[in-house]
Amino acid sequence: MNIELTEATWLEDAGEISLAELARLSGLEEARLRELVDYGALAPVDPAAVSWTFSAECVVTARTACRLLNDFELESHGLVVVLSLLERIRGLESELNRLRARMPRVR
Amino acid sequence: MKYKDYYSILGVDRKASAEHIKRAYRKLARKYHPDVSKEPDAEEKFKEVAEAYETLKDPEKRAAFDQLGSFQPGQDFRPPPDWWKQFADTQPSFEDIDLADLFAGLGGHGVHRARGRPGPIPGQDYEVAVQITLEQAYHGAEFDLDLSLPEYDESGLPRRVPKKLKVRIPRGAVDGQKLRLPGKGGKAIDGGRDGDVYLNIVLAPHPLFRASGHDVYLDLPLAPWEAVLGTTVRMPTPGGPVDIKVPPNTAAGQQLRLGGRGLPRPHGGAGDLFAIAQIAVPSTVTPRERELLQQLAAASTFNPRRHFEENA
Repeated sequence: MNIELTEATWLEDAGEISLAELARLSGLEEARLRELVDYGALAPVDPAAVSWTFSAECVVTARTACRLLNDFELESHGLVVVLSLLERIRGLESELNRLRARMPRVR
Repeated sequence: MKYKDYYSILGVDRKASAEHIKRAYRKLARKYHPDVSKEPDAEEKFKEVAEAYETLKDPEKRAAFDQLGSFQPGQDFRPPPDWWKQFADTQPSFEDIDLADLFAGLGGHGVHRARGRPGPIPGQDYEVAVQITLEQAYHGAEFDLDLSLPEYDESGLPRRVPKKLKVRIPRGAVDGQKLRLPGKGGKAIDGGRDGDVYLNIVLAPHPLFRASGHDVYLDLPLAPWEAVLGTTVRMPTPGGPVDIKVPPNTAAGQQLRLGGRGLPRPHGGAGDLFAIAQIAVPSTVTPRERELLQQLAAASTFNPRRHFEENA
């Protein structure tokens, strides 16, 4: 069987996406996304713009938010706290990984 | 179809109250949810738990599940003859339906939900962790991805169909990076958007190189005399071996930076390669080596512990 080759694309190459697209890609409703912006978990490229756009990386945060929301039955404020803690853990893990990479291995 | 015991998956009794079931689910979700868990197989475990809860939290679905009868997990079974009439509008045209898909379609509009609901239904998105080697990150990679995607029969009942995708990852993917295969997830119904597949890149550990983003670190062991006198060594890099000059008086822990010899970045350029000097000592020495080292010890005025005395 001949299988067509699929090129994987960088998520960040998707450029800026609209609120409606972010809702479509994440599974969250627009009202919920607005709440997440209000609480500071998501940042539009220009918060003062009439219609918001987001960097494509926001899809990752919004999809995580959607999973946490459904699976833990959270309300928005609790969700934002969880998201910010996860963000901090990710930051610490990559910092730890960076330090480990610099550490010589003992033979 | 294969039986799954949703009660034992949640670790509750068949007569457990709704509140009890919810508590059991929350406890397991806290333990296995892939976004918060470090347990091995967290994802698989959580999928089972979520599937069980999805059915047992809904009184109508729970009643339908209870009416299936009791079987061993994994056992092939058929629902009792009048089960379909009671809980679903239709009997599927195939045998290999997944229990999760069956119950996802139940409730409210019966099994017809997928077709009966007005308007388009978007296809399901999938997230897949993909482990790649450092060499694959450097050169890019092609691999086969096996997915199990739902397909719908005329009555709107889904069936899992294995699907193989051949995927190319461009060069420059590093640990934690996300890639997207647009439209390659679940098929949409009635004109909705086809689902996407998201790839989460995990970089496999390498015996020599340690990646940090696009920078790469490598231990460079030197003999004590090489470190003092300086030398030229052939050193591996992700792109192939290079000869590098180690300057005289190189101390352990010092980093030699090779600009642009790390992993390539997606849009041009590359990270750096850092060689960390280490002083290696032989585990055995020949009599001649010992003699020379003894002569060196006698002649040298070098005191590596001077700062002990200064700070004592």
